[in-house]
Amino acid sequence: MIRHWRLFVDSTFLYRFRRDKVAIASFSLLLLMVLLSFSSPLIAPFDPYDPAQIDIMDSDMPPAWQAEGEPRFPLGTDAQGRDMLSTILYGTRISITIGLFAVLLQSILGISLGLIAGYFGGRIDAFLMRLADIQLSFSTLMVAIIVLAIFQASFGTELYNELAIFMLILVIGIAEWPQYARTVRASVLAEKKKEYVDAVRVIGLGSGQIMFRHILPNTLSPILVISTVQVANAIMSEAALSFLGLGMPVNKPSLGSLINSGFEYILSGSWWITAFPALVLVLLVLVINLLGDWLRDVLNPKLYKD
Amino acid sequence: MIAFFIRRIGQAMIVMFVISLIAFSIQDNLGDPLRELVGQSVSEAERQVLRDEMGLNDPFLVQYWRFLKRAVKGDLGNSYFFKRPALEVILEKLPATVELVMGATLIILLFSIPIGVYCAINPRSWLTKLMMGTSIIGISIPVFLTAILLIYLFSIELGWFPSFGRGETTVLFGGWHTGLLTRDGLMHLILPSIALSSIMLPLFIRLIRSEMMEVLEQEYIRFAWAKGLTRKRIWFLHALKNTLLPVITVGGVQIGTMIAYTILTETVFQWPGMGFLFLEAVNRVDTPLIIAYLIVVGLIFVITNTLVDLIYGLVNPTVKLTGGAA
Repeated sequence: MIRHWRLFVDSTFLYRFRRDKVAIASFSLLLLMVLLSFSSPLIAPFDPYDPAQIDIMDSDMPPAWQAEGEPRFPLGTDAQGRDMLSTILYGTRISITIGLFAVLLQSILGISLGLIAGYFGGRIDAFLMRLADIQLSFSTLMVAIIVLAIFQASFGTELYNELAIFMLILVIGIAEWPQYARTVRASVLAEKKKEYVDAVRVIGLGSGQIMFRHILPNTLSPILVISTVQVANAIMSEAALSFLGLGMPVNKPSLGSLINSGFEYILSGSWWITAFPALVLVLLVLVINLLGDWLRDVLNPKLYKD
Repeated sequence: MIAFFIRRIGQAMIVMFVISLIAFSIQDNLGDPLRELVGQSVSEAERQVLRDEMGLNDPFLVQYWRFLKRAVKGDLGNSYFFKRPALEVILEKLPATVELVMGATLIILLFSIPIGVYCAINPRSWLTKLMMGTSIIGISIPVFLTAILLIYLFSIELGWFPSFGRGETTVLFGGWHTGLLTRDGLMHLILPSIALSSIMLPLFIRLIRSEMMEVLEQEYIRFAWAKGLTRKRIWFLHALKNTLLPVITVGGVQIGTMIAYTILTETVFQWPGMGFLFLEAVNRVDTPLIIAYLIVVGLIFVITNTLVDLIYGLVNPTVKLTGGAA
């Protein structure tokens, strides 16, 4: 364990991280956002899920630094009288959770299918990659909007609202598997020809063990690079879906549904209901994208390209 | 080459078949057409007779075949809400969406190529760094947020552009309502087009830049320099041609994304297009309209996608080789 730690501290990876101001800044900001949002039940001044703490008399209050604002609500309140700061903290937690789990699902599906396609080749490969092409051309957001819209219409809104978080993870998770599958397949094709694979095959290991224990660890750097971008994309897709009213419901809002509920009031001048969740969303996606760019430069994997 | 065409068209037909199957199973499972017709007052026995007459008790495949035959003739049922043929309702909204997409495409083409090329040939200039920095911020702002921001800035604060709707439209021959011919219509188009192009534009700038930089490293470009060709000729004739090839493919993949973004943009701007109509239909559980949207958009999507691939096949001779080898 200590040996691994020393190896990590001395690595060029950490050296280059410490030299890059943008990477340090985005990583710290991301860490801060994750820590704050996941400790929201402890640090948030109010519990937005608890109707007893919401007073309709407090609704539509501007941020504390404006004339009509109150110090109780540093970022103001929304139309239902919920404290913006608390709802944003809770909302960020939901957005990040959905993003992470969706990407987890994508990577499990995509990595397995990519390994199979690359390792076995032939017809399985041709079929899976054709499927991936078609799936990619459909764009996640389009598939997600249609699937979720149909589910919402057939389940009814009540039931749908309870299942929303799982539906979002499932749909975003399943729709994006080709990204992983193509990247993994490309690396597997390169790794398969190397001697160590021949060696383990001579030892007599099964295909499954060769794929997952020996080839997979050597394809990790491209997986790491696309994972960052994928998390950012998943968070954006979730926000878009919630904005359309197909995602998280108003009583359990994610950043997207917060923006949606604020949008109705932007014409009457209540800019803060939209602006603060929007700012958090953009910052969150931006720092993840910047980290992804940095990782791509440092690890420089040969990503799959047409 | 012909084999490639046939395979591509075959694939398009399969995708269309799957879409029609999905559309049909939605019709089969979502809502009861009988209740929409006769209401609650009819007894259960009479309902069964009616169900038999309408063929609702037939096997799945028989019903699907009937659905397909009617769909090919353009009959997708009547919209529950509008009480008119669903296809007619959808097609009425088509011009609005097409004009919006055209506006956005125009913006993307006009800006992405010059900026992308500039950033590739001047990698160290401060303007390039600025553009690249702005583009990563642009990629990180969701379309609906850009749209809200544009409305807030240019409609509410500055009052330069209208914030919703299509404005004044005129009728062209064939019943195409266009907003392109009046000043009011054009003013309404500007903000939605910018919003729709806002995430694609940085994506294309980055793509064109990285492709162009890769092309500029290649042997034939070095040879062109050695021959003493002018800079303009090398950049804009020899390099740009090969840069645009992958851009066509990516453009094809982005069509689906574009359709999804029209739904978002149209919602924010209350643009009376197909996407806006679709969301309304979902809220009203207007099944025939949902199906009509799926079929129409699916058809547009499959046709454009196939066309892009075929054009790519025509301009890129290596496609022939891969077609033969596979």
